[in-house]
Amino acid sequence: MTGTTTSGLHLPRYFLEDAALRTPVGYSEYKSTALRAPLRTPVDLPNRLTEITGPVLGEDRVKPEDADLTLRNGGEAVGQRILVYGRVLDSDGRPVPDALVEVWQANAGGRYRHVVDVFPAPLDPHFDGLGRVLTDSLGRYEFMTIKPGAYPWGNHHNAWRPAHIHFSLFGRAFTQRLVTQMYFPDDPLFGQDPIYNAIPPAARYRAISRFSLERTVDNWALAFEWNIVLRGRDQTPFETQDDGDVA
Amino acid sequence: MRVNPLEVPDVTEPYQPLPGRSRTTGFLTGPFRLGTSPSATVGPYLAIGLTWPDGVWAADEGAEGGIWIRGRVFDGAGDLVPDAMIETWQADPDGGFRSPEDPRGTADYPGFRGYSRVDTVDPPGEFAVFTLKPGRVPDGEGGLQAPHIDVSLFARGILDRVVTRIYFADEAEANAEDAVLRDLSEDQRRTLIAEKTDDGYRLDIYLQGERETVFFAV
Repeated sequence: MTGTTTSGLHLPRYFLEDAALRTPVGYSEYKSTALRAPLRTPVDLPNRLTEITGPVLGEDRVKPEDADLTLRNGGEAVGQRILVYGRVLDSDGRPVPDALVEVWQANAGGRYRHVVDVFPAPLDPHFDGLGRVLTDSLGRYEFMTIKPGAYPWGNHHNAWRPAHIHFSLFGRAFTQRLVTQMYFPDDPLFGQDPIYNAIPPAARYRAISRFSLERTVDNWALAFEWNIVLRGRDQTPFETQDDGDVA
Repeated sequence: MRVNPLEVPDVTEPYQPLPGRSRTTGFLTGPFRLGTSPSATVGPYLAIGLTWPDGVWAADEGAEGGIWIRGRVFDGAGDLVPDAMIETWQADPDGGFRSPEDPRGTADYPGFRGYSRVDTVDPPGEFAVFTLKPGRVPDGEGGLQAPHIDVSLFARGILDRVVTRIYFADEAEANAEDAVLRDLSEDQRRTLIAEKTDDGYRLDIYLQGERETVFFAV
């Protein structure tokens, strides 16, 4: 469906996933949400020019070495080397090219290089946990890193975060902005983690990467594939043909 | 009554294809759609991955007509939130966007990026963005929107970004005509309108409470 149309402006309304498949802004078992997640129902904002546009964040934000988190400060990070790769698509199935993907993560021992993290696992002088890549013309991305460790976080007694990598993505429109976390298959910590369990059950699989033997690098690194889907323009080639309304 | 788990019940209902799929052709009967990736909190360590040294400059440092937009972020207990991240996106003073997604074409206003990313770490709970005041842009309904800035807020304890807008107190006439503000109550409008200061504007964001900011579903 095309949104409001006047003055020659065709404004797409970006597809919004059913609320039953979206992470809610607050979740009672995740204690920090209690005083932070807004409580009132958000006001509907039709997608107008400010919402359907977005910044172009180009190659000036990304250096080639940003795609390899295992080599920092002149040495190699400790841990299981992994290749993380996938595609960034929109919900219409179209690749999102030239998208800025920013990632951050704990080291192999489950420690972040951050003043707030006091978990007594060692810091790794050769791991800062920051990576950046741009998707290619087909929406593909990949980076080399080490598998992050699990870590305790005090939400409840013996609370441990499952291993995860934080992802931040810009599509081409303000509506497509996404910050999320990628998990690893079959993590035994899923059951007790409220941040994972805040995702509605039917959508949880979308947050879990897949082990990939085909991209695993012989004598070097395991591989995990994770495809990311941003909101699309909520119009499909089918509809466009039916309407005879080709933009 | 005891149930024998090995006893398979007779199938009496005819096979029902899943919604949106046809059993006869194998083709989709509804629009093709991929499920979108679920969001997650940025957590407490966002500064590792999301710090931009130039994030504060939506307009070039020293740009003529530049304004500082400052504010504080409060939680439901009235305490400052010292680990949030704010991103802003807006039109240039002529009402254009530096984005190829604008059907009117990509604007190229000199010295203006239109985008900022800042945190509320230092001083705790406060943010500041340097930008130019946006112009008015069409609302798609034949009118013009009042000058506004779209805002995304991310923080530990918030599982999906929250979106709000900044409007300007000295644009009373434009604000009165704005399609978004028009539909809000006076109390709601007040949460979105930045007050004039010596070097720009100021607007505080309340995540919860009596003065909870109006957040938008986009």
